[in-house]
Amino acid sequence: MSKEQIMERLTEIFRDVFDDESIEISDSTTADDIEAWDSLEHITLISAVEKAFKMRFTMREVSGMKNVGEMAEILLERGK
Amino acid sequence: MLKELEFPFDNDEIMRSKRKLLRILKEREGGIPLRIAVLGGSTTSDIVKVMELFLRDRGIIPTFYESEYAQYQSDALFGNPELDAFKPEIAFIHTTSRNIEELPEINEDPELINSKLERESARFEAIWKALSERYGCIIIQNNFELPSERLMGNREASYGRIDFISRLNTRIYEYARNHESFYVNDLNYLAARYGLERWHEERHWHLYKYAMSVSAIPDVAHSVASIICSVMGRNKKVLALDLDNTLWGGVIGDDGISGIEIGSETSEGQSFLALQKYIKRMKDLGILLTVCSKNDMENALEGLNHQDGALKPSDFICIKANWDEKWRNLEETARELNLLPESIVFVDDNPAEREIVRVYLPEVTVLDFDNPEECLRVLDGCGLFEVTTLSEDDSKRGEMYLANAQREEQSKRFESYDDFLESLKMRAEIGDFEPVHIPRITQLTNKSNQFNVTTKRYTLAEMEEVAANTDYVRLCGRLTDKFGDNGIVSVVIGKRDNAVLHLDLWLMSCRVLKRGMEFAMLNALVAKCRELGIREIFGYYFPTKKNAMVKDLFAEFGFTKTSENEGNSVWKLNVETFNPIDTKIQIGE
Repeated sequence: MSKEQIMERLTEIFRDVFDDESIEISDSTTADDIEAWDSLEHITLISAVEKAFKMRFTMREVSGMKNVGEMAEILLERGK
Repeated sequence: MLKELEFPFDNDEIMRSKRKLLRILKEREGGIPLRIAVLGGSTTSDIVKVMELFLRDRGIIPTFYESEYAQYQSDALFGNPELDAFKPEIAFIHTTSRNIEELPEINEDPELINSKLERESARFEAIWKALSERYGCIIIQNNFELPSERLMGNREASYGRIDFISRLNTRIYEYARNHESFYVNDLNYLAARYGLERWHEERHWHLYKYAMSVSAIPDVAHSVASIICSVMGRNKKVLALDLDNTLWGGVIGDDGISGIEIGSETSEGQSFLALQKYIKRMKDLGILLTVCSKNDMENALEGLNHQDGALKPSDFICIKANWDEKWRNLEETARELNLLPESIVFVDDNPAEREIVRVYLPEVTVLDFDNPEECLRVLDGCGLFEVTTLSEDDSKRGEMYLANAQREEQSKRFESYDDFLESLKMRAEIGDFEPVHIPRITQLTNKSNQFNVTTKRYTLAEMEEVAANTDYVRLCGRLTDKFGDNGIVSVVIGKRDNAVLHLDLWLMSCRVLKRGMEFAMLNALVAKCRELGIREIFGYYFPTKKNAMVKDLFAEFGFTKTSENEGNSVWKLNVETFNPIDTKIQIGE
């Protein structure tokens, strides 16, 4: 899966989880950019990404991800 | 019901779209408000959010208090200003095996293990007692699920921690059997059904302090919501069943009696028989069975009389076998039983029929399944008939409705309706609330929608308080006739203010409509008021979508309207000048 495809699917997930069709994400998007993205919704987001991509983040990855770009990098790496 | 929340639901889909689902549910009007305190031994945030979805979908509008992380014990034992002000009507204690403080260690003396068990169960008992004393609320307590690890392997079951957890659970069940308003949420079962290995997602504990996999949360939320819906009188009452390929394999009209699959001869027949047997047991719980089938009546009856079937025509309260649209038949079934279509769950193997009912009669709940095994699983897991209390009246409900059908039949044979009422030889017992009747009174109060002037709801604890408080005038009425005992069918509660009585509640079961029971209740109320020196009675009518039938009740009673505002009306009766209204009901034992 290409980076573009990953970002496309991630956008879909973000829109579902935060119930906001206007959300656009980029590599630099962080929790500060999306109002509803708090530590509790972060759990929902991580789980939804794991289910959609049929993979699991390690605990280190979950607590270490700084922005959407890092998340996409991990997904790209795992998809290889 | 929302498609996404129908059992069997997709847990991950619910978790992912819970914000959207909540937004949709919040657009609905009406519902019963309810204050729920969730006292957790682990993270509860998403459990609460998903529970709100299931509750709103069934007509309950919850507000929540959530304890700070793992503060269940101190909140319960000592309260806190926020919780006190919240006044929970329900407390859900979400503890898990991770909250057991003293587990047995290897080679510990059995006596020591026993004392650990005593301490642990005493700790929880103190929590329950404190909650019910402080808040008088309904308590829902998780039992303990099996842990993910078993150090000794199989020996754990008889000597180790698994044994300990089983014994601790037994203590919870003993408490439940001996205390009303205390219900066990069977977390242990949920974990087993989900699969223990997947349930114990260790990452989610270490990262978020969720005691189970985040994906399992909808199972927990659904289970607790089912208990709450049941306690609040939101259970479904009727199971409306299709016949061909639902209760037996094949089409009776085409294949004939010897061609349909039912019974122990073939594997398919066995599968349908298992379903029939399960449904027969549902009937024993007081769930009303009806038939809704596109068939000739003759064929339908022939199929139900199949010698190898478990269900017989007499198990059904009403059989609709014709070629009309099914939703029309369901509507008629509801009308005949004096119930709302929302009380009905429709079971049909044909997806097209299901869809038509969904569109034309959306109040009816429609189950989705592909085969009899799955149908049984959906009936078993849907939580729409969750049993929290089983009163004698529940198990007799089928008989009561059958007796009603006989009455209906008889009424056609009399010259006048009065002659018919006379022939019923009705007797009523009307009096104050007896302690043994309070669960039934509460249940009836919370599920009566139509013949109910205020639609005020009470928890069991609130009802007990009303029963104990001398400021209240209370009446409940039981009606018997030659066809049988209808049980407690009417409840009236008024609050006294010197020589004035304000009616908080006036309701009656629709099973006994048009029998004069409401007038018998009124006569009894006025007599009681005279005894107590009360001179005026104020009645209140608050309209809802469902209670239009009692809009003019107080006018029929001889009250005069004193004010009306946006449909809400206030009525007054002078006790001294009231003349008892004639009924055909004999009062007394």
